[in-house]
Amino acid sequence: MIQSTLAKREHRKTVNNIMRFIKPLVFLMLISHALAASAVLRIEVTQGIKGALPIAIIPFSWDGAGAAPEDLAHIISSDLSRSGKFDPVAPNDLVERPQSGADIQFANWKSSGVENLVVGKLKLMGSGVYVAQFQLFDVYKEQQIVGYSFPVQITQLREIAHDISDIIFEKITGLRGAFNSQIAYVSAIKGVDGNRDYVLQISDSDGFDPQTILSSDRPLMSPSWSPDAQQISYVSFEKRRTSAIYVQVVATGKRRLISSVQGINGAPTWSPDGHRLALTLSHKGNPDIYVLEVASGRLTQLTRNRNIDTEPAWNPSGNSLIFTSDRSGSPQLYEISSSGGRAQRLTFEGGYNASAAISPDGKSIAMVHGDQRGYRIAVLDRNSSQLRILTDGRLDESPSFAPNGSMIIYAASGNQRGVLGAVSTDGRMKQRLSLSEGDVREPAWSPFLK
Amino acid sequence: MKTLVRAMVVSLSIAGLTSCATTDETPIEESTPKEVVETPVEQTVAAPVVEEASTSGIAAGATYARNAINDPVSPLNQKIIYFEFDQSSVLPEYVEVVNNHARYLFDYTDIKVRLEGHADERGTREYNIALGERRAVAVRQLLLLQGVSANQINIISYGEELPAALAHDEESWGLNRRVELVYEGQ
Repeated sequence: MIQSTLAKREHRKTVNNIMRFIKPLVFLMLISHALAASAVLRIEVTQGIKGALPIAIIPFSWDGAGAAPEDLAHIISSDLSRSGKFDPVAPNDLVERPQSGADIQFANWKSSGVENLVVGKLKLMGSGVYVAQFQLFDVYKEQQIVGYSFPVQITQLREIAHDISDIIFEKITGLRGAFNSQIAYVSAIKGVDGNRDYVLQISDSDGFDPQTILSSDRPLMSPSWSPDAQQISYVSFEKRRTSAIYVQVVATGKRRLISSVQGINGAPTWSPDGHRLALTLSHKGNPDIYVLEVASGRLTQLTRNRNIDTEPAWNPSGNSLIFTSDRSGSPQLYEISSSGGRAQRLTFEGGYNASAAISPDGKSIAMVHGDQRGYRIAVLDRNSSQLRILTDGRLDESPSFAPNGSMIIYAASGNQRGVLGAVSTDGRMKQRLSLSEGDVREPAWSPFLK
Repeated sequence: MKTLVRAMVVSLSIAGLTSCATTDETPIEESTPKEVVETPVEQTVAAPVVEEASTSGIAAGATYARNAINDPVSPLNQKIIYFEFDQSSVLPEYVEVVNNHARYLFDYTDIKVRLEGHADERGTREYNIALGERRAVAVRQLLLLQGVSANQINIISYGEELPAALAHDEESWGLNRRVELVYEGQ
């Protein structure tokens, strides 16, 4: 039995237009906030940060009654530390708690080696409208770098905190922030009847506010975002006789069937221009990579090989794809032009390399690397051909890059169930993200939400 | 032929025909012979409720009864083929299992089987879908070689998505590397 759950999405604007939010038509969000509390992804830092930039994020002032509806400073602090590039001062170690720029005693901070400081305010204006404001300071220059004030609804508070994290991240590192992005993943949950239910969920990049966009009593696999983040393709076994590939609009839950031929219908991935889907079909006798033009339905066969060819991934140029093939005897990564032709082998270290994910700048390939120690996530630098192993589990799989390339999310095997892990691509920061219930797998990091 | 006869005898006795019930014969007066009409005697004692036995036809010359796939003592009850790690060839010890099903499908050309391929959890999910399919295809090959029609066989692979055993150890992995023969509506 299948249900598509409607989840209205907010439209993201660029940093420059941040003052104008299209207000979301919040459907079940308020209710699911309460329900989600029991099922959110929890983040545990498993490896400390060395060489990251010290930053102090002062708890935002709040002038309303009771506790503030969200602890914006905590969200920002978690975001920045998760990137591996920042080392926020622990709240207990803050030497002072200025409420505004005028309150800051810079000398206090200089002596503790903190280079940047953030102060902020959250105010309730009335009828559910808030104002969130922040200022980022350069401690040594004793100057403000940037500051903004945002009108927000209570339901947008987490989002505004991620926007602030993005601004801070960008101002200091020069790189675009990816905190205001989302993660799609599959979770298998034991139902009351003892059988498993499968859900396809989307959460914020920090694991909060999961929304179910599909639930089924049959397996779901391989979620993949369209480049404009409006659609997700996936594999479903709901038809029972065959697997099937669907494309679903995230905001409305409407979906259409893309393929359900005899044999495998698998591994759908969107081209960078959003017009094509690469996928795996085996209706001609063995699994091969095909490219489907979504608008016209025209199907082109890319690989013609008697062995297993699957798990295609597009290069950012859209001109070639990297895929898994066991034509050499065991799974390895190969590259082929999007117009077909000969495939070039890319991986030569280890007996098992599969499930490629390509960094947004195209310079690195993350993969599942198998050897006597088990299956771990590794990254191949295309320039140097150097392979670095980033994780240390035994059954790590499904790597996916953040849209700014700074982090990789992946699936790991926890005690009793699957969990998600995140590792910064420089290897510095490792985190575990675990749902309080469910066996989580196959994370897919969204593109930038424009 | 022998099998056919045996089955018929069995079903006759289970059905408990009452036409053999006897009546007290009434003495015939010699002067006027009367026809004795046998009437069935209705049992006055309440009969215990007995579930109806299931009958099964057997096609002429067939090895197995049509219902044998649901019969716990029939060799056809074994419907799972196991595989070695990373392998898709049918092991010698399972060839006879497959051949039994081949005989059954050959005899009953209207019956279809679905071969469901699986893999253990090691390795990537989509590759494991392909590996599961490769195993199901190997079983199908054996069936085709024994004369089963291609249109009697359907294949689907679940890869590692529907494990039979959930532990992360060799024992569970071994139970998950399998092809299941699934007969629907029989």
